[in-house]
Order: sequence, then C-alpha cells, then structure tokens
Amino acid sequence: MHLVRDTLPEARCGALLRVVGVGNPWRSDDAVGLVVARRLREVLPAEVEVLERAGEPTGLIDAWEGADAVWLVDALSSGASPGTVHRLDASEQPLPAALFRTSTHHFGLAEAVELGRALGRLPQQLVVYGIEGANFGAGDELTPEVDLAAEAVARAVREEVERCTRRR
Amino acid sequence: MAERRTKTIKTDYLARVEGEGAMLVKIRDGHVEDVKLKIYEPPRFFEAFLRGRAFTEAPDITARICGICPVAYQMSAVQAMEQICGVEVGGQLRALRRLLYCGEWIESHALHVFMLHLPDFLGYESAIHMAREHGDLVQRALELKRTGNEVMTVVGGREVHPVNVRVGGFYRAPRRRELETLVERLKGARELALEAVRFTSGLDFPDYGQDYELVALSEPGEYPIERGRIVSNRGLDIAVSEYDRHFVEEHVPWSNALHSRLSERGSYLCGPLARFALNAERLSPLAREAATEAGLDASERNPFRSIVVRSVELVYAADEALRLIAAYEEPDAPAVELEPRPGVGYGCTEAPRGILYHRYELDGEGTILDANIVPPTSQNQRAIEEDLRGVVERSLDVPDDELTLLCEQTIRNYDPCISCATHFLKLDVERS
Repeated sequence: MHLVRDTLPEARCGALLRVVGVGNPWRSDDAVGLVVARRLREVLPAEVEVLERAGEPTGLIDAWEGADAVWLVDALSSGASPGTVHRLDASEQPLPAALFRTSTHHFGLAEAVELGRALGRLPQQLVVYGIEGANFGAGDELTPEVDLAAEAVARAVREEVERCTRRR
Repeated sequence: MAERRTKTIKTDYLARVEGEGAMLVKIRDGHVEDVKLKIYEPPRFFEAFLRGRAFTEAPDITARICGICPVAYQMSAVQAMEQICGVEVGGQLRALRRLLYCGEWIESHALHVFMLHLPDFLGYESAIHMAREHGDLVQRALELKRTGNEVMTVVGGREVHPVNVRVGGFYRAPRRRELETLVERLKGARELALEAVRFTSGLDFPDYGQDYELVALSEPGEYPIERGRIVSNRGLDIAVSEYDRHFVEEHVPWSNALHSRLSERGSYLCGPLARFALNAERLSPLAREAATEAGLDASERNPFRSIVVRSVELVYAADEALRLIAAYEEPDAPAVELEPRPGVGYGCTEAPRGILYHRYELDGEGTILDANIVPPTSQNQRAIEEDLRGVVERSLDVPDDELTLLCEQTIRNYDPCISCATHFLKLDVERS
C-alpha cells in the first residue's frame, strides 16, 4: 500500500463524525468504498454514523450534510497500480478531477465536493480516501490488492476517528 | 466574400457504457456545409443481452441503460411484457407506476433545468461556477432532485435503478403512511417548481424555431406519462403496436446510434416541447396556469424555451404525485398474476426526454427471443442536427467561441443523455 498526499492530517473533528462509503456493489472493485464502510460499521463507536451511497453526486452533498467531520471512501481509476491509496483533504482544496472522473455524466465526486464548497455545504473536515481499483466489470468480489487496501484504509480511518473521539 | 473556414465541434464523453460521441459543424463560404451528431448508444448491446433472458428480467436489465431515467426503461418494458401476457395492470398499481414515474421526471428535469441547462442562459461554464453566485438556484435544484429521489426510494425501493418494479406490478406495494411522508416535501417541490417557471420564463432566448413534426403520447384525460397512443401534430395517431410501421431506424455512417425517422415524412421531435404542444390542455390547472403566465401555449416551437416547458412539467409532476398520493388506497396484491405466452409485445412511455419504445418477442416459456429499444435521444438526433444547421446559419457572423456555446446550448435543449458531456465540446477552427 502506498499513501499518497496529506499523510499527516491535522484533525478538525467536531462533534458529529461520519463515514461515507461510495460505490456500486455489483461492479467488482467499484464496491470497495462500501466494503470499507461495512467493515468500519462493525468496529466504530455507535455515535459515528456510517453511510453507504451509490454515488449519485447530488445525493453525496446530502450524505455529508450536518456532520462536522466526514471520511469518504471511494474507488478510483487513475492508472496507478491496483490498491494504491490516495488520501486527500477536500476541506481545503479541490479534489484532482482527473482522479475521480468515474461518473457516466461528468458530474462525479470532485464536482460534488466543489458544488458543496460553492454552496457552503462542506463539513469542516472532509477527508477522501480513494482506492485504486483494477476491475470495474460486473461482479461482487474485490481483486486481492484492492481487498488489502480496503483493510488498510479501514484501519487508517478507524485511527483517525479514534484520534478525534479521544480528544474530547 | 465570406472567409473560407471549417469548424469542427467535438463532444467527448467517457461513460463506461455509452462510449464516445462527437459533433461536427462545417461552415464553408458562409454556408453550413455539413452537420453531424455522433452518438454511441448502449441499447444495441442491451438488446443482445436481453435475448435468452426471462421476460421477468427485462425491467431490471433495461433499467441499467440509464442512471437518470431507469424508470422509463422499466415502464416501457413491463408494458410490453404485460401486453404479451394478456394482462392489464390498472387501478392503484397503475397509479403507483405513475407516481414512481413522477419521481423520475422531478429528479431528471431538476437536474437538467438547473444544473445542465441554466448555466448556458446565465453564462456560466458549469453548475459549480453558477453556484458561487447563484447558490439559491442550485439549492433549489438539489431540493427538487432530492424530492424526486425520495419518491423513487419510497415507491421503487431505491433512488437509482429502482428494484421494486416487476412485470405485473411491484414486489411490494407501499403503505399509505409511507407515501404520506412524501407530501410535505412534494408541496415544497411544487412551490420551487412554480418559482422555476417564473424564473426561466424571464431568461433571454435566442429567436429560433422550426416547423417540427412533434411526436408524443396521448391519453384522454391525463397528461401522458406511462401510457397512451402515439400522436403527432401532422395527423399521426397510432397504437404503440403500430410503431414499426411508421417509424424506421437507420444506420448513418457517422453515428453508432441508429437514427429514427417517420417513414413518410422524415425527422421529428419528441420530449417536453412535443408533449406540451400536444397535451397542454391536459395539464393540471396549476401547471396550466403556470404555463400561461410564462407565455407558453401549444404553438411554442422554440427549442430554447424547452427549459420553461420542463419547469412546467416539474410543477405538473409534483402536483400529480400529490394527487396520486391523496387518492391512494393500498392494493390487495402488489402485482397481477401472469403467465408467459408466445408473442410480440410493445411498450411506449414518456421518458423525461421523450417517447421510449420497446418491442419484445417471447417464446412460450417466457424467454426473450428478440428485443428492440428506441430511446428518445436517438429519435431526436435528426432534429438536433437540423437545429444545429438552422442555428448556425442564422449566426454565421457570431465569433467562434460564442458560436460554440450556442451549439452546445442547442444540443442541451434536448437534454440528450450526453448532455453533461456536451459541456466538453471543443471547437477547432480550420481555415483553408
């Protein structure tokens, strides 16, 4: 696993914490965000909300609405090796659109974040974990590298969330 | 003498299933020499996927053709299958289908009116750029879209690609109290839609129009959504089962999407402008009043004003959803029992973008032997090309960058499924 960008986050947590997994459960590695969310739901304290979303971009703005800190996990396909993890702080700067151009309608996560920013509807902290997928064909299994990355991201998000809850 | 030059306008889109598309307008010596709209459409593959599958699978498989109008695909598919089975789904089950479809119209039209089309009129590159200065407009769009999505979730089980639709009805009929949770939000959406009509009717519209043949469904006593005969302003009036006798699909070398035409007269236009022109008097009183205040009547032929018509349809869809919910009584069974039999069936419903035609042939086991799907965007390709030609011919002295925007806007009038991609139009000017 390779961590790219923003490896040492400065947490701006607040009270309401939320994890949002994004993906299509029937498109192999595209489901990785959902897989991470499900794994985190098992281990995170009950007060941390864990949501799963299909990725309908305008719906994503609703998904992070009201939370103080959000960790969003999505698959991406940028040409890096499968399982590469990108950690991006979307609260401060736009997501690189080239990384998240996976929507069929040219309105994807990067655009949803910018729309949220333009409307003043971004949480104080929005951390995006992007996991490089290999196979986006029909299927309900992750490729092994992506599965490993899902474990790593679940661990990393859990640590970040716990760092927030400990500071209270 | 006019300068010799050739303009090539390209549309690229990276959709996984849709493939790629391009548009080309060539101007030479002050005349539009050539106009080509190239679209790569998924239904051809879906038609092949469908062969050999059970008739009960058609609504779920075809829903996957589009993430914005899955309900349209489901509704045309179930209508065709039920026709083959000799079953008519009526009463509250039909009402629920219409309600589900209203949800789709709301989310689809809200997306198009505010996020995709309005930036053209207000001079923004995208909805994001527009949101910085017109946050209120985008907030309205999001609220409307959320309302449509919630209707789809409550009736269809999921906001994208609903899972509750089946041949014969639904897997589960919603409880009355579930539908009632939608009422307040729908009332709010109806107000937002009324504001949208007022707002869009005050925009500046290019002075343009053609004497189109307008094609839409028609059903006595209701604005057409999920059923009706196919009619036009030039006297076409046929049952859906007669579609293939009057409409032909043909391959043109520059497009992987088949072009449709009326075999007797050629190109035609479907979608909101056609629906409204042929059915204006069937709108609810509130929507009709909003249309009149906006200066719309059945003679409207300016495709740029389709944004106002869509807004009127937003009012109607919210109003109609509220009417259907108020009249809802939980049905005894969520679906009508049916058995497959061999035969051919036809379905046609009003997708947000226009009529969506399906034809299926089944064997006695209910296996699909043949399928044909004609989406509205393919049907409108010729009209889009003719509009591009007409618009460019009237605007030859407009600078290239403005002309590109005007061409994009012309395409977006139709809310084609490639509408988001048309934001990426590139204009190359070759001067010879």
